[in-house]
Formats: sequence, C-alpha cells, structure tokens
Amino acid sequence: MDQIKIKTGVLIEIENGAVKETSLGVMTAAAGQDIYALILGRDASAVNAPSVNAPSVNAPSVKDKLAEYGAGTIVSISGAEDLSAYPDLQALALASAVKEYNFETLLGTASATGRDIFARLAAILDAPLVSDCVEINIEEKIVKKSHFSGKTMATLKANGSIFLCTIRPNSIEPVAAATAGQLVEFTADTQSTGLIKIVETKKATKGLLDLTEAPIVITGGRAIKAAENYGMLETCAQKLGAAVGASRAAVDAGFAPHSMQVGQTGKTVSPKLYIACGVSGAVQHYAGMKTSKVIVAINEDKDAPIFSKCDYGIVGDIFDVVPVLTEKL
Amino acid sequence: MKIFVCLKHVPDTAINIKVVGINGYEDSELKFIPNPYDEYAIEEAVSIVEKQGGEVVLVTVGKEAAQATIRGAMAMGADRAILVKTDSQFLDSSLTAKALKAAIESDGLPDMIFTGKGSVDTEGFQTQYRLAHALGMPIVNEVSVLTLEGEKILAQRETGSGEKQVIETQLPCMIGATKGLNEPRYPKFPAIMKAKKKQIKEIDLSELGIDTSKGQVAIEKLEAVPERSGAKMLEGSVDEQMTELVRILKEDEKVL
Repeated sequence: MDQIKIKTGVLIEIENGAVKETSLGVMTAAAGQDIYALILGRDASAVNAPSVNAPSVNAPSVKDKLAEYGAGTIVSISGAEDLSAYPDLQALALASAVKEYNFETLLGTASATGRDIFARLAAILDAPLVSDCVEINIEEKIVKKSHFSGKTMATLKANGSIFLCTIRPNSIEPVAAATAGQLVEFTADTQSTGLIKIVETKKATKGLLDLTEAPIVITGGRAIKAAENYGMLETCAQKLGAAVGASRAAVDAGFAPHSMQVGQTGKTVSPKLYIACGVSGAVQHYAGMKTSKVIVAINEDKDAPIFSKCDYGIVGDIFDVVPVLTEKL
Repeated sequence: MKIFVCLKHVPDTAINIKVVGINGYEDSELKFIPNPYDEYAIEEAVSIVEKQGGEVVLVTVGKEAAQATIRGAMAMGADRAILVKTDSQFLDSSLTAKALKAAIESDGLPDMIFTGKGSVDTEGFQTQYRLAHALGMPIVNEVSVLTLEGEKILAQRETGSGEKQVIETQLPCMIGATKGLNEPRYPKFPAIMKAKKKQIKEIDLSELGIDTSKGQVAIEKLEAVPERSGAKMLEGSVDEQMTELVRILKEDEKVL
C-alpha cells in the first residue's frame, strides 16, 4: 500500500538568482512527501527564467532546479506590499500560504534569514518549531538536534496540526528526485503592521560565502598575526569553495570582524570540512564547530588543545603549511 | 524607562553534561552561568537606564537554583528580579513565553524588553519571538548596534554573508542582543554586595494559570555525543603531509 504523502512546504532561499544548495538539502529532507517549494517575493516570470546571475551560462531556471530536486508544486508568493521591506511581512505571507494550502509540515534552512522568519511564523501560528535539526521523520513529527553546543543529541516530538522545522545547513546532502514541477502563483493576503521596517541594507564588501551555510570553513586564529594575512586563507578558501572564519582571540586582537567569529558568542558552524589554522582550541571555539563532519587542525604547538579535538592534525607554522595546501588542491 | 531583561540560567558551556535517565541531565552538581548572550542584553538595558533613568527588571523562568545566576546578573546593575519557578529542565518554548508574558504583565508593561539572541543550552531561537507576538510588540533579533532617538529605535542585524540590515522600529519593542552590541561590565565588589540586598520576587509557574501539560514539543530522548578521541597526526615534510591530507579528504572522507 502506498503511504499517504504529507503536504510539506519548503521555504526556498535564493541567492544571486539561483537556489541555494542548502535549500536543496532541505527538499531532500522532505523526500517522498508532497513537496511545495515556496518562494517569497519573486514573480512567476523570474522563477521561470534562466538564472541570469548564476555561475553557469546554461543554469536552469529556479523552477527547473526545484522540480529536479522533488518539488511537485512551486509556489511563487507575492503580496500587496514589497515583502522584502518588512521583517514581519515575509512571515505573515508564509502564514497566509499555510492557510491556503493546509500544510502539515513546513521546513526551512537554519540560516540567519530562515531562523528569523520561522520564529516569527511559529509565533503567528502558535505552532511547534524546532530549530537547527539534523534529522527529521515527517510522518512521526520526530526530529533530532544538538543541545548544549553539540555535547548531547536530543530527540524531540512535536504535537499539533502543523509542525515547523529548520534544518541545519550541510546536515542533509541534496539528492535529485525529478518531478514534473508545476508553477503556481499565490498572492498572500497580508498587511504589514508598519511597526518594523528595513531602512537600509549594507552589502558585504567582499563576495564572501556565508559561514553558517558553507560546506567547508577555514578559520584563522591568533597565529594569523595580522588582518592582511587572512588573504592567505582567502586564496585557499577560493580553491576549496570555503568560507573564512576567525577565532575569538583573532577577533579580539582586531585581526577580523565579529561577523567572522566562530564559537560561543560567534557563529555555530557545521560544515563537512573544518580547517583550523593557528587556533589553540578553547572550549568556546570548539562549541561553535564540533559538529563539523571532519576537523583538520594546523598548529605550531604540538600540545595545543585543538589536537585532542580534531580528526587530523598537522604540527607546523600556518605560513609554511597553508600555501602548500592551496597548491595541492 | 522601564526595561525587562529575560535571563536564562544555563549550564556552563565549558563543562560536561551527564545524561540521566531517558531525557534528563545531572544538574545538582553542575556549574550554571547566565546565558552568555543575555549579558549583552543586561548591559544594554542597564546603560540605557543609567542615561535616561528608570529601572531594569530581570525575569527568569527556571529552577530555584537560578537565584544564584540572578544575583550575579543583578550585580551588573539590574534593580530587581522576578523568578518564575519550575522544576522542568526543558520547559517548552511556547510555555516559557506564556510564563514570561504573565510575569511581565503582572508587574506592569515595560518600554523595552531585552533578551539574548538565543540560549546556548537548548538553542531553540524562538521564545523571544513568541513573547513579542503575545505582547503585540515588534522584535528585532541578533542586534549588534542599537540607537535610541526618543521613541524611534534603529537596530542593526547581520543577515549572513556579512550583509547587514538596519531596521527601524519604535517603543515599546523587544531587542535580541548579540556580541558587538556592547562590552558587558565585570561587576566590582560594592556592586556585588549591593546586589545581595536587591529583591527577587518568586512566583510558582503553577500560580500563573498556565497548563504545562499543553507543551508543543516534548523531549523524548537525550543522548551524550561521543567526543573525538585524539587526532591522526600527519607526518613527513610539509609537502608530503599536504599530499596525504588532500588524498585523505578526497578518498577516505570524501569531503572534497
């Protein structure tokens, strides 16, 4: 007997005109269900057009990409007002879509944007939400997530008619599962409270990958010695397709901005590969990256605590080792 | 200006968590601290009141043992506190938000409420949004720069890839604090002594008329995650080590 498919909405994040890899992983988390890919604030023609800014000239349209990864229905959601101008409006538009389509599950990415929208949505719907899940069983409404900075794994079960969940980036590998993919438009019945609006967006100066979502992260600690030496890590990162991070010691020394800090009071990352360069390995740093799949550490001090917390260790000066690594990639 | 700060009593992140039973952890011997992000919230609230006058009230939902965490936080300059007592180690976010709302409303609504951007124990990232929605207040979370201009508030938050948004809102509102907002003060001895005399009002969660059986998410199991047991140290010249590393990452670990 065929299992009944559960109506599952997946909030898609788009960057430079293309679907983010992490969103494809979230669709894979819902594999086998009746998947609705939800796109906020883009009209249907943009969803259907080839991704103009995508890396490849022949990049598929957003719609084709989503169909390739299992979206039976692709919903382009718009509102009477510009959805991107108000932080609360995107959540209100999603709530309106939930009502229209009667989703039983709604999934998103545990990114800065996804976390904010889903928390607002959970409050509006008064519905259960679990953030940053690494595993999900949609039929049973059971998820797994890390508690206490990765020291424990918790299994949680949600009650209620709708279940919201954000998935930790890189925890679920995207797997193609082609469908016909039908594109529909939905105009959300929403009005902003007007109490909160975005007045300015400051773009990053460099085209950096997002630390929390990057599949590979390379971090420089105090041993980097100066802000300009991050250039060495950036060169390596470009070859790896990695984001560049910093330890708290490097941030406090003024070598890197706080937005690059990995660890407690900074960002929590969970990439496939984490390379720590000249990071001593304080507990607070480890708390922010211990759920990485593979951790490589390069440090001059053979007794550095980081070597007891990584998978592969290299004793050496980062200024000798990193350029050779870059060359071998 | 009346400002509430929601403070969470959490296990020290530097120590081990011992799982007890199916879904609990040993907490009687464990060192607890104020949730690190909440310290930015307290500092911001205290420095606003120092400039503009008013009072800072801490509100915590937690075990009786949270008293010690509250005292420590009071030494940073909060005027008084409310502790909503519960025996639960993992009170559901929706119930915590209801408890915070009831405690705040019974005391009188504030001009602002500060929280940390999230808690480092259960990492749920939602209680403050539920509270804001229940009180009908706008909220901006993960704020690293805050400017008050009369009733107008400008809050800057990072949205990923180094992009920042400046969000305009107005009083009354809620702000979720993160690192960068300020440098939390280190309380001096006189402040610590003074904090011992400050009032902590205790309320039992059951007195607030919240049905604790109606949680939205239940914790079914808690398991310790095995620690990494020592690294494989690579050997040879730098060239040999890097050749081997790239091979391992490609062939054995399949992460490149």
